[in-house]
Amino acid sequence: MTSSETIVIGGGHNGLVAAAALAKAGRKVLVLEAGSEVGGAARTEEFAPGFRVSSVAHLLNRLHPDVVKALDLDKHGLQFARADFMPSVALSKDGPLVLHGAYGEVLTGTNSSEQSAWKELRAQLLRYAGILKPFLSRRPPDLAGMSLRETASLGQTALALKKLGKEDMRDFLRVLLMNVADLLDEQLADIRLKGLLAFDATLGSNLGPRSPTSLLGLYYRLAGETGGAAGAQIFPQGGMGAVAAAIRAAAEKAGVTIRTSTPVAKIIVEKGRAVGVALHTGEVLRARTIVSAINPATTFLDLVGPREIDTGFVRKVKNIRMKGDAAKLNLALDRPPQFTGVDAAGHKGRLVIAPSPDHVERAFNPSKYGEFSPEPVMEITLPSLADPSLAPSGACVLSAVVQYAPYALKEGWDAGKPKFLKAIMAQLEAYAPGIGKSVVHAELLTPADIETRYRMPGGHWHHGELQADQMLISRPVSGWSGYDTPLEGLFLASAGSHPGGGVSGAPGLNAARRIIAMKG
Amino acid sequence: MAQAIRKKPLSKTVNAAVSARIVAQDHFRTLRLGTPFQPRIDALAKTQDWYNWAGYRAPNSLWNEELEYFAIRSQAAVFDISPMTKYRIEGPDAEAFLDRVTLRDVAKLRPGRVHYTAWCDDEGFVLDDGTLFRLSPTRFRLCSQERHLPWLLDSAIGFDVSVAEETEAVAGLALQGPTSFAVLRDAGFAGVEKLKIFDLADLPHDGGTVGISRTGFTGDLGYELFVPADRALSLWDRLMTAGQLRGIRAIGYTALNRARLEAGLIVANADFTTAEHAIRADRLRLPDEIGLGFMIDLQKGHFNGRRAILEARAKRKLRHVLVGLEIDGNIPAEHAIVYHKKSQEVGLVSAAMWSPMAKRNIAIASLARPYGDTMVEDLWVEIYAMRELQHQKLMKRAKVVARPFIKLDRRTANPPADF
Repeated sequence: MTSSETIVIGGGHNGLVAAAALAKAGRKVLVLEAGSEVGGAARTEEFAPGFRVSSVAHLLNRLHPDVVKALDLDKHGLQFARADFMPSVALSKDGPLVLHGAYGEVLTGTNSSEQSAWKELRAQLLRYAGILKPFLSRRPPDLAGMSLRETASLGQTALALKKLGKEDMRDFLRVLLMNVADLLDEQLADIRLKGLLAFDATLGSNLGPRSPTSLLGLYYRLAGETGGAAGAQIFPQGGMGAVAAAIRAAAEKAGVTIRTSTPVAKIIVEKGRAVGVALHTGEVLRARTIVSAINPATTFLDLVGPREIDTGFVRKVKNIRMKGDAAKLNLALDRPPQFTGVDAAGHKGRLVIAPSPDHVERAFNPSKYGEFSPEPVMEITLPSLADPSLAPSGACVLSAVVQYAPYALKEGWDAGKPKFLKAIMAQLEAYAPGIGKSVVHAELLTPADIETRYRMPGGHWHHGELQADQMLISRPVSGWSGYDTPLEGLFLASAGSHPGGGVSGAPGLNAARRIIAMKG
Repeated sequence: MAQAIRKKPLSKTVNAAVSARIVAQDHFRTLRLGTPFQPRIDALAKTQDWYNWAGYRAPNSLWNEELEYFAIRSQAAVFDISPMTKYRIEGPDAEAFLDRVTLRDVAKLRPGRVHYTAWCDDEGFVLDDGTLFRLSPTRFRLCSQERHLPWLLDSAIGFDVSVAEETEAVAGLALQGPTSFAVLRDAGFAGVEKLKIFDLADLPHDGGTVGISRTGFTGDLGYELFVPADRALSLWDRLMTAGQLRGIRAIGYTALNRARLEAGLIVANADFTTAEHAIRADRLRLPDEIGLGFMIDLQKGHFNGRRAILEARAKRKLRHVLVGLEIDGNIPAEHAIVYHKKSQEVGLVSAAMWSPMAKRNIAIASLARPYGDTMVEDLWVEIYAMRELQHQKLMKRAKVVARPFIKLDRRTANPPADF
């Protein structure tokens, strides 16, 4: 039995961020990672001989600036230049439409009236997302007992709202819980642009563009920033694993010890206090503070166990909705594909097949009934074009996030997976003729696969559906949204906590700040 | 119009299905359910004074509430407790499960024993109180006022235990009073003399068994009997026959309610509001606020509400206290407001009576701390005595006293006395 001051369970990016931040505050920190390497779903892995790809998350668009700053990530190899900002290409039979720069600072491929409508809408979206942005980097307000500081920062939000002006403030409140399709119909005409935005708003959630509150997903995306530009997205050189590696380097420099291939079997609780962990080997590690940077449901139902927590809390944890609805496709291609009408710069961008909001909605419909989309929507990247080291010379890697792929597929994923892959390939073939013949190896990760491989229950990359009822003070469960838990000495730090998923590091950093503030 | 819609007559099979459904929905014709003892009780119900106990038709009184009360104290009284909610809890983890759900240490409850306990929600607020019967190392019966199946089932997650409601399947009778032991003995329940207070045993009855425990809600010598519903009437008849010369009488709730008040026992949703029924935030009660703090066992493992209860104790967030009061005079202070220095409202009486046994005017009241806790002087109750269509307002001095208000040696005497 050994004793460490702080144990972080899970070496995903949030776990590493929390560990690094705690170590920088002078704590002795030990990270326990179940997998053979750290990074969680933000890794770069070989999926076919010579072909490497970002495991689940494949684009960086919300790594929080506070995380970059607190961990000096720029000194650990993470630097973002404006030139790296990837365009978003809305693929369509009518020719592509391209959002350049940071989420469409320039729009090409459509007429001038649409361009000016977009300019206005983009500014509005960023303004409104900006109101919500400060929430990302702090604890959700604690309704039971707000500190002066919390009250003050909430007051600042109210002030920011007021600063919008009367009309804008009313409009912000009007549209906040709207569905994205209706908002887009108010302001835009081009269905390609609307399709892209509808896709982005619903990416990673169990919502269609016409589902109430779907606009929040777009705000969540636009509250993120890269290199100081809201909505900007980049492809990190070396894949997402490079981001995890930079955070790991920062953590280790701060003195964090990392043990991989060390799954935790149990969080040991004595008299209402988490006092250590037991490993699968039977080894017991004791610590003053335990930070669980893995799924909240796994933390409480499996590691702590329902016996050590109250029934009402168990109910809440069990009710966290986290059935993933997105699949990840990795293709090893013997040559780069050619998407019709897309130029070379576009191929290095994010290619989105979501030709209209109707198309996205139709793709969503079957998922409600446990069926995958016959004509799925997807975002595609060709990372080896930007980083040739990811594929053998002349060959190409295609990485795509594909919707909708319900976790609980009625026919079961064993039977459904080959059919779904066929449907995806048919879609790809329509936009990049000949791509099918260039496939050397195809790997499709359904939510069921993501669940097993990355220990994400439900295969949900947010560790809990990111919708209004599971955000802010309700994330992961109401009453316990502030990273502390009913067990003394146990804290949460995964994407399952506020603000949510994506490679942001925000939950990890917020958790570390909370622990330091509580002297926990 | 109707003819236009219904062009074809409905086929016979459809008609049969519809009438089967109507029959299945016939329950609404029964305004209140009867218990397995209902035929006997109905035959004795001279006053026809009923109330609704958890959906059952239960008697407030059967013939004379005064004499029914004295049947408890001087003879043997039979009270039908079948409507009480009963759960059967069984499995290798049953003990661990109940330890997590309830306040007291279930490991200390030996098979063949009963204890009074309570359970709380996450915030430490009391969901209910009740009695827990340990029928075997792995089998329990939990009896309570309110229904809790969803809560118990959700609490069972992670435990190898089954929880099933058996309220309808199991009939219950309380047999209370000085001659109750003699009645059982005369009825031929051999071995009943061995039961000490809070003991239970299965004894043969009518080709099956009846579970008899030396428990009750009267503070008197008494027993509770649990029997499968189909053997309820034969049990009733057996007791009544054996008790004929021992003054056995069936009674209603009014009499029982008096006896329990003398015994200082509280009733959920009468003396405190259970957490799931409370609408107003300040009506919720922690165990310490209703005199159940003694149940809390901090030495055992985790139980629901532990964190909140500890926090409330540490941060001195206990706001209420439940006390016994002795009030000057002889007018029952039912639902009277309690005052400090005759002017400041500090609480409310939830049950009150002139106690024929204690020869005192007694009450149970909930007071806002520190009154009733550290400040017990100068307390008064305001009683409105109705005297020939005129309310007379009486301000009577109240003294905080210990519960129970009466203590009867025969309740615990071993062997039980033969009266």
